[in-house]
Parts: sequence; C-alpha cells; structure tokens
Amino acid sequence: MFAYIVRRLALMFVTLIGISIIIFVLLRVVPGNIVDILFDAAGFVDPADKANLEKELGLSDPIVVQYFRWIGGLLHGDLGYSYVSEKPALQEILPRIPITARLAGLALLFSAAIGIPLGVISAVHQGTRLDYALRIVSLSGLSLPSFWLGLLILMASVSMFGTMPIFNPNPKTWTEAIAIYCVPAMAVGFRSAALTMRITRSSMLEILRQDFIRTARAKGASENSVNYRHALKNAILPVITVIGIEAAFLIGGLIVTETVFNIPGIARFLVEALRWRDYPIVQNLVMLIAVVVVFANFTVDLLYAAIDPRIRYGD
Amino acid sequence: MRSVRTLAVAALLLLPAYHVASAGEPKQGGILKVYHRDSPASASIHEEATYSVNIPFMPVFNNLVIYKQDVPQNSMESIVPDLAESWAWSGDKKKLTFKLRQGVKWHDGKPFTSADVKCTFDMLMGKSQQKFRKNPRKSWYDEVVDVTTSGDFEASFNLKRPQPALLALLASGYTPVYPCHVSPGDMRTKPTGTGPFKFVEFKANESIKLTRNPDYWKKGLPYLDGMEFTIITNRSTAILGFISGQFDMTFPTEVSIPLLKDVKKQSPNAVCVVEPINVSTNIIVNSSSPPFDSLDIRRAMALAIDRKAFISILFEGQADIGGTMLPAPGGLWAMPKEMLETIPGYGPDINANREEARKLMQKAGFGPDKRLAVKVATRNIPIYRDPAIILIDQLKSIYIDGELDVVETANWFSKVARKDYALGLNLTGNAVDDPDQSFYENYSCGSERNYTNYCNKDIEKLFGEQSQETDVAKRKKIVWEIDKKLQEDVARPIIYHGRSGSCWQPYVKGITIMVNSSYNGYRYEDVWMDK
Repeated sequence: MFAYIVRRLALMFVTLIGISIIIFVLLRVVPGNIVDILFDAAGFVDPADKANLEKELGLSDPIVVQYFRWIGGLLHGDLGYSYVSEKPALQEILPRIPITARLAGLALLFSAAIGIPLGVISAVHQGTRLDYALRIVSLSGLSLPSFWLGLLILMASVSMFGTMPIFNPNPKTWTEAIAIYCVPAMAVGFRSAALTMRITRSSMLEILRQDFIRTARAKGASENSVNYRHALKNAILPVITVIGIEAAFLIGGLIVTETVFNIPGIARFLVEALRWRDYPIVQNLVMLIAVVVVFANFTVDLLYAAIDPRIRYGD
Repeated sequence: MRSVRTLAVAALLLLPAYHVASAGEPKQGGILKVYHRDSPASASIHEEATYSVNIPFMPVFNNLVIYKQDVPQNSMESIVPDLAESWAWSGDKKKLTFKLRQGVKWHDGKPFTSADVKCTFDMLMGKSQQKFRKNPRKSWYDEVVDVTTSGDFEASFNLKRPQPALLALLASGYTPVYPCHVSPGDMRTKPTGTGPFKFVEFKANESIKLTRNPDYWKKGLPYLDGMEFTIITNRSTAILGFISGQFDMTFPTEVSIPLLKDVKKQSPNAVCVVEPINVSTNIIVNSSSPPFDSLDIRRAMALAIDRKAFISILFEGQADIGGTMLPAPGGLWAMPKEMLETIPGYGPDINANREEARKLMQKAGFGPDKRLAVKVATRNIPIYRDPAIILIDQLKSIYIDGELDVVETANWFSKVARKDYALGLNLTGNAVDDPDQSFYENYSCGSERNYTNYCNKDIEKLFGEQSQETDVAKRKKIVWEIDKKLQEDVARPIIYHGRSGSCWQPYVKGITIMVNSSYNGYRYEDVWMDK
C-alpha cells in the first residue's frame, strides 16, 4: 500500500508539471494579452507606452524565462501579482477559495444526499409509477442547464418573496445566510444529483440480481437491510467514482452559477481573469483546480480500498 | 371658540403643504446601492476610457470646473466653478487662468494647492517624471503649451492658439484633479481625491465602496452616508436585483429599451428615463485597399443604409439619426434636419437611395451575377454584433454579401489599427458634446483613434477654424459644414445615435441623467434618499 501511495504521488507530481506547461503555453497561444486589452479599452495605442507596459509586466521576456519565473515563484510561495488589480495573486485568490469550496461542498452533499437515496428507491421500485416519476426528475436534471435553472429560481424568488438569494458578504439573518449558499448549491448540484441517481439506480439493479442478495433474503434479512446493508454497499463503488469525477467537473457548473447568483468565488473570478488575460491569476487558479482534481481522483482510489475489502493496492 | 375652530381648519389646510415642503427637503443619511455592469480595470479615471470608471469614482474627486450636475444638457453656460473659484481668459484668448479655492483638503488631510493642478496636467501632457500606465486623452491637451502656477492658489493654462473648448474638456467627468503626493499606481488601486465621497475599497468583480467625506469643502454635502456598487456582470440578475428592491438604482444609462419595459411592468413605481448617450454606431471602412478604395462602392454602401430600420429593430424607435455630432434636442452642434436630409443616404426614400446605390455598384463592376463578398468585422459584444447583423442584411440589397467576423475585445483594436479589415461596425463614444473632441479624435490626420485613416487637409483647416472661433453661431455653421462633408466623403458613416435607460427607486432624489454625455454627471453630492 505504501509503495502504491508513493508511486501515485510521484505520478501526480509529473502530471502537475505537465499541466503547468500546458496551461502556460496555451495561455500565451491565445491571441492578445493584458496590454492589448488595456489599450483596447482605452481606445488608442501608443507603441512606446505599450512596449513599456509589456516590459514592466515581464511579457516581453522569452516564454521559457517567464515559465521558470512563475514556477520558481510558486516553489517559494510567491504567486506573482494580478495584472489588473496590481495586488498579490495570493491575496486575490485566497479569500475566494472558501466561498467556492463551501458552494462546491454543498453541491456535492446535495448531489449525494438526494441522488443516492432516490437512486435506491427507483431501483427497488423498478417499473412502478414512482420509478418512472423519479426517472423523469433525473432526466430533467441532466437536461436543464444550471444557468437557466438559476435564473428561474431567481425569478421565482423575486416574484414569490420579493427578494432573491444573491450573494451578500454580511447576511442579516440566518435564513439569508443559508439561502445565499444553499439555493445556488441546489441549482448547480441538481445535475450531479440526477447523474448520481441514475448511476445508483443502474448499479443497484445489477447488484439486486446477484445470488448473495437472494441468499440474504432467504436468510430472512429485512428489505431495508437487503437494500441498504447488502446491495447499496456493493453498488456504491461506481457512484463514488461518478461523484469524484463530478467534483472535478463541478467547476464548469460553478462558473455560470457564480455568475447568475453573483457569488465572488474562484470559478467566476477565473473567467474574468481569462477575459483580461490576467496570466498570474489564471495560471495559479488552473493549477489549483488541477491539484484539487488530481487529489480528488487519488482520494477516490484510496476510498475504493476502504469500502471494498476485496480491493488491495500492492506491488 | 369660533377663532379656535378657524385656527384648527387653517392648521389642517396648511398641514399637507408643510408635508410636501418637508418631503422636498433633502435628508441626510443612507447608503445608495447601485449595481455595476462590470469590474473596471482600475480606479484611475485618467487612465481609463469607459464610464464604468467615471460612475463609481467621479464622486471621489473634484475638477477645476464642472458641468452643473442638475442641468441635463452640458454646455458652456452650464459650467460652474469646482476647485477653481473663478476663471478668466486673457485678451488674446491664449491664456486661461483659474483662481483656486483655499482650505480644500485631500482625503488624507494634505492641503490642495496649485501644484496639484500643475502635476495633474503635466502628467496628462506626458511632461512629468511620473507617468500614467495609459494616457488615453493626452490629445485633449495638444494645444496647451504648459501649465504655470502663481502662488498656491492660481494656475494658468498657456495655449498655442485660442481654444475656447478647453473649458468644456476641463469640465468633463474625465478631468479630475489628482494629488501630487499620490503615485499613479496608488491612484489605480486606492484613489485619493477632494470630492464628496472617500474611497473605502475596490474588490475586483465584487464591489466598490465609498463613504461620506465629513470634511467636504461644500458644507452640508453630500447627503448620502455612502455609496455601494455591487458588480453584477449578468444583466438579468442585476435587473432582478433592482426589481426586488435590493438596489436603489440601476447602473446609469445601461438599461436597454426592451429591458426597460420589463422593469416598468414589474416595478411600476420605479422612476425611469431614456436619454441619448452620445455614442454613435458607425461603419469603419478600410479605404486604403480594394474593394473599398473605390469611392463609388463606399458611397453605394452609405446609400444602402436604412437607418430607421436599425432604430426600429434595436431601439423600438427610441434612437436618433444624425451626422457626427449628437442630434438635437440633446446635442448642441448637430446639423439642422433640412441640411442633414440633403446628404446622400439620409433622404427619406430608401428605395430611391438603394436604386442609386445599385447603379454605383454596377459602375464599379458588381451586380446580381457578380456579388461582392466581404467580411464585416465587429467586437463580440451584443451592442456591436446586433447592428452588424442588420447591416449585413441591408447590404444584400446592393449586391454585397457580408459575412460576420466577430472579434474578441482583446484583439479588436489591434486588428483595426493594423487595418486588417475591409468593413467594420464600430461604436464611438463622446465624453464631451464639443466638436473639438469629436473631430480631432476621430477624423484628424494621424490621430490614433482615426481608425479609417481618413485625411482631408481642407477639412483639417476647418477643424482649426471652428476650434478657434469664439462666436458660437459662427462656430456652429463651420461645424455643420465639416459634418456634412464628413458624411459625403463616407469618412465613417454614422448609422444612429443610441439612447439608453436609467431607473431608480422613487425615494431616490436628486438624480439628473445628462442628455448629451454619459461621462459627466456622477458627482452624486446632492443625491439623497427620502426614506
């Protein structure tokens, strides 16, 4: 097991180095940089001023020099300065991480808390009206874009309650505090919940037809015990895999949800930074997301062994 | 008893009158909450060229002079003293001297003096050690030789030649006075001014906060305790926020006509106005390479434009047709309607215009069997993209098949600057309703914003002539002549001048939306809330 973990960690390090190179090169391949955008917004261009600013920001250096300057800084904990706000990148990124983490965590929680039980119920009641109804819900979850769902929620909220749950750093009541995170989390987590439900259902259906389930029933185990203790425990592995992958893909859903609900998290910030070609912010944020994804995958792999005793990581 | 009853009746009759009077009295207090359409690049007004910066940061500053904030139409008559107590032109009109206000302090407590005025304008003219990262309005001061001071409270602008419009440029929201002792870098991130509100914080993509300046030199002002701009890039969310009462005001002049109808329907008590914004939508033509090096093709294109159709589709009829200068009644310098209609393409008979256009196209070798294929470049923003699509449709009637070429903002200007386009659709905003700003910036030979490289030495002479003319009536006639010629030369055909809406809650008082500029009316010192 130890050797496996060391091997995986080494592989993760190499993966992250590869990602850093890809991010860095891709960003510079995209036409236009921050100086072009700043001068475009100003509506005129003085080549001398432009050249001065490019030099000041280090953009006139060869790409290899720029890359090693960034990596060198990263190793020393220096993420550089945002080109737009002229503040340290770390200072810009850090306060936004808890906001997005809270939102993503709640979305995943919602996804698991809704998706798994409904998936089990749907499988257990296969072919009934309840099953069909739940399958329609899951299909709609997969079909509705989260930005559209978000806007519908906001419109309904304004129309019914005369207010809407957009972000407020200082909520006045606890209900507001809950609403500003839970409502967007539900909007973004609805799709994941639907996917989790479908995977749980199909995995459960497969397990419910296994011999050991028939044996459990023959031994007189209760339906609940059969469904949740025996079947779900064996059906959960693919569900965990999907939740792990969803955690990685969640950032895409969060971009639109953070925009619609005006949440100052890292997903929306990333898009804005990309629009401004604010390289230090984009590079560091994408690296951060890459680290999260790589570690999420690693954690899921370790969870397999913890959940299923048959899985052993050896040499 | 009778007299008591009479008194009581009189008191009852007077009560409503008193109530009305008291409701009209400005009240102190409250935070004005406004949503902001995007996150500005910086807080430095001098370094930016968008009113996304003027709106939240103009309240931090003062100018030497300013357009009176409660007069909707900017004009020479509406210019009032600000940091300058008075001003005077020399006899030869080549020196403009300002007597400065004494006892004014910067928000950090340091005194304001003439040195700050000199510093600001030296930096704008590129003459100081400290430099702006960008200096988009450097050309405004091309006629200024230098700024000199006499003591701590007098500053003079010495000009190469008379330029009465300089005062108009100095009154713009784009011309605040900066402190000498604060670096341009700090002004971009935490600006210091002398204005009615102090800067508190600017969180990119999140919010901008200002607080009341208790030591403001205008005693008793501002009325508000502060202002909060919440940055909401999603227009639907922002409008819903206003409708639900979470914001006291929309971002000024940012509500489109269809959205405005929606706001009025869902929030019938909201006060909404639609005003011209002095931004023209125009066509840029690359006349330096084929096919548009042919004047016939350029004229045919100008003749094919059905301006009313653009206005009807995009603004439900609420926009204006004009030349370079903003049309009346908002604009001060526009050609009279009769004169405008004599320009090819502005006549009311669109079919006749297009028939003439087709003849010109056939003369240039194009026709129904040999159509001209061209890419129509524009920025990838709805206000650019939407009219570009209508333009492509209209050009089909004169054998031109346009293909939309949307360009990301980051690449738009460089593409236009290197003339990597044949035809483009562009928007041109004017900070000041004055011909000097518009003509020199957009049509002068060699100007950085003269995207089409239009250069006509005869017109250039007229630019100088109108700029020096002190008699307004005479100046107007020269301006009309120039504007007519620019349209006839198809220098940059103007399609329309847009209008836009602004809304606020009924308890917000003292808001004035300017009718001939969307850059100059955001001091907010006399805005108050009746709640």
